[in-house]
Amino acid sequence: MFPQKRRRRYVSLAAIGTVLTLAAACGSGSGDEPTTPATGADAEPAGEITVLTWRTDLVEDGTFDEYVTAFKEKYPDVTNVKVEGITDYEGEVKTRMNTDNYGDVLAIPGSVTPDQLGDFFEPLGAQDELGEEYRWINDKSFEGLSYGIPVVGNVQGIVYNKKVWDAAGVTAFPTTTQEFLADLQSIKDAGIEIAPLYTNYKDSWPLTQWDGARGAVTADPDYVNKMTQTDTPWTDESDSGVIDGLLYDVVAQGLTEADPTTTNWEQSKQLLGTGKIAAMVLGSWAIPQMAAAAEAAGASADDIAYMPFPAQVDGTFHAVAGGDYNLGINVHSSNKVTARAWIDWFNHDSGFSESQVGLSPLVDGPVPAALQGFVDEVELLTMNAAPAGKESLFADIDTASGIVTTDPKYRQKIVDDARSGSRTKEQVLTDLNAAWAKGRAEVGS
Amino acid sequence: MTTAATGLRGPTTAADTPDARAAREPHPGGTGGARRRRRLVPYLFLAIPVGLLVLLTYVPVVNMFWYSVTDWDGLDKVKTFVGADNYREVFTDPDNVRVFWVSLYYFVGSFVQMVVALYFATILSFRIRFKNLWKGILFFPYLINGVAIGLIFLNFLRPAGGLDSTLTAVGLESLVRQWTGDPDIANVTLAGVSVWRYMGLNFVMFLGAIQSISSEVYEAAEIDGASRWHEFWFIILPSIRPIVGLSLILAISGSLSVYEIPKVMTDGGNGTETFVMRTVWMAFNRGMVGLASAMAVVLLLIVLVITWIQRLVLPDDEVDLA
Repeated sequence: MFPQKRRRRYVSLAAIGTVLTLAAACGSGSGDEPTTPATGADAEPAGEITVLTWRTDLVEDGTFDEYVTAFKEKYPDVTNVKVEGITDYEGEVKTRMNTDNYGDVLAIPGSVTPDQLGDFFEPLGAQDELGEEYRWINDKSFEGLSYGIPVVGNVQGIVYNKKVWDAAGVTAFPTTTQEFLADLQSIKDAGIEIAPLYTNYKDSWPLTQWDGARGAVTADPDYVNKMTQTDTPWTDESDSGVIDGLLYDVVAQGLTEADPTTTNWEQSKQLLGTGKIAAMVLGSWAIPQMAAAAEAAGASADDIAYMPFPAQVDGTFHAVAGGDYNLGINVHSSNKVTARAWIDWFNHDSGFSESQVGLSPLVDGPVPAALQGFVDEVELLTMNAAPAGKESLFADIDTASGIVTTDPKYRQKIVDDARSGSRTKEQVLTDLNAAWAKGRAEVGS
Repeated sequence: MTTAATGLRGPTTAADTPDARAAREPHPGGTGGARRRRRLVPYLFLAIPVGLLVLLTYVPVVNMFWYSVTDWDGLDKVKTFVGADNYREVFTDPDNVRVFWVSLYYFVGSFVQMVVALYFATILSFRIRFKNLWKGILFFPYLINGVAIGLIFLNFLRPAGGLDSTLTAVGLESLVRQWTGDPDIANVTLAGVSVWRYMGLNFVMFLGAIQSISSEVYEAAEIDGASRWHEFWFIILPSIRPIVGLSLILAISGSLSVYEIPKVMTDGGNGTETFVMRTVWMAFNRGMVGLASAMAVVLLLIVLVITWIQRLVLPDDEVDLA
């Protein structure tokens, strides 16, 4: 559901990185002999595995070393867990998946379509069986088999600086997009250094976070599935239309940064903490990063708060909860038992989800304190899986239409047009519908 | 290309001299096998680089041609043949066509770049104090990595950054713009950065060509009473015409393959997306490796055609300067 979660993406090195890793992947790597007989139900975890992760920050600060130590304590036969942090995770892993050498445990890249899962990943169990233990496994399931388990659950909404909103006299969550715009305007009128809302246009991937509100606007857990059944998903009432319409309005009304081409993601965290910007549309995973940046900048972490997307159905806010990256097992792995043990251990015992202020992927897992207030006021939704046989339909239409909703480019275009006025909001939505209809026709749904 | 030609000519002429022939055959009574082995040696030496070239360049290129007629997404185990569909889309999808227009900014920029480079090269070919210092200063930007240049200019051009402060300090506030944020000038700005970077290379190429002109020609011209302008117009420019032609070709293919600077500075936002950026995006973000390969093939063909035209317009035999 939220495939493009690249927290620590260092801008611009993407392509270069890909080339380098390709070289590295060819040079080093898979010389390790299998030390354990591959499978067998009662084989004990032993030997060596390689784990690919997108959290380069946690590799660098030693968190993963602690995880490895704890894991080896539980399974003393395991000799080594090699953790590879990858900066441009999506791009590099996709390239490596053309070989057999892409680690034993890895997060499933968002670009793998459901019907491809079986080619690359080991099934972890039957979907309904696994669903009794874990949440949000629908995304990475195909024909009743699940291939990945999320490491943490996120809710989707807007992270904001409470102090700034309070100072502007806004204390309640805005309930409509109009109210949201008015609130941002009053924050602007109260005087704010940079902008009430920051788009992070230059780093661009934060724009994909707006997708998190799909389903929340109309409280429809089938919204994304329904998109595949209509030629006009971008209307004034539909989730997509409301979300992208809000983006257009907020930019057109000058409530975002003056020059979006010079935004800076790392800097934006401090700007939010110090109240130079008031809000950003991001998943709840961003809360701990924002809080840490606020403290580092000399402000208070308590100012960082979280609100739902400004829309209500029957007087209630809704927010979509979903899994982050899902861990899967390389189908070519020579040590699948240990790989599976790592995934289970990571979800049950590592304490990762709490440390990330996320929801636990376990069905009976705890809610972190920082999200408790939000969860009390907002009804959480879990998006439904695509119906059998149509698992890849959304991705196929999305790609064929050229919109590519998982990619920030079309929203950058919306921001461009809103600034220059070269297309009106209606034209933007009409063009999106036309492209979508073309994509549907091409896929033949 | 010219270096390769002279490189080949060298040994041939050397072998023609009697000394060289004597040195090559120290034992006139050598066996046939040894001679054959000796004849084989160059090919063995050749085998390694050519093998690497085939492995790392020609095989991938052939693969690229194959991908370009399939609908491969970069992962799928099956690649379906789709014929020329991808090529049709390269030229019909308005988003794909738009990036060609962006190239024009860089193309125009490269003319500015050549004029400036020629200007400096001419000045520095005359007797001037601190010649090497000037040369170093002008060439230095080319030595900096493109990503670093992008980052430098990102900070220099951001609102209230270096350029804006400088303009304000000298009282030219009215010129302050959103250098990358204003859609009307974003591409001009980026092309300007590109000119700043590559001017040094053009400059060195021109300077090298100018310095290879024999000083006798100048002396003769001076006796005839030629001014500096005459020297430039009637001696320097005609002599370096092949290099100017070569620069033109590099400018055209270069302006189609701009990547690093806009990638780092705007990441293609605000209408600054270039052909190569779109190709990369198509392959790795949209997941249409087939279409992206077709775009790469198109780029290759354009460059080949341009080179061919250049060879028609500026034949090789004019390389002789003296």
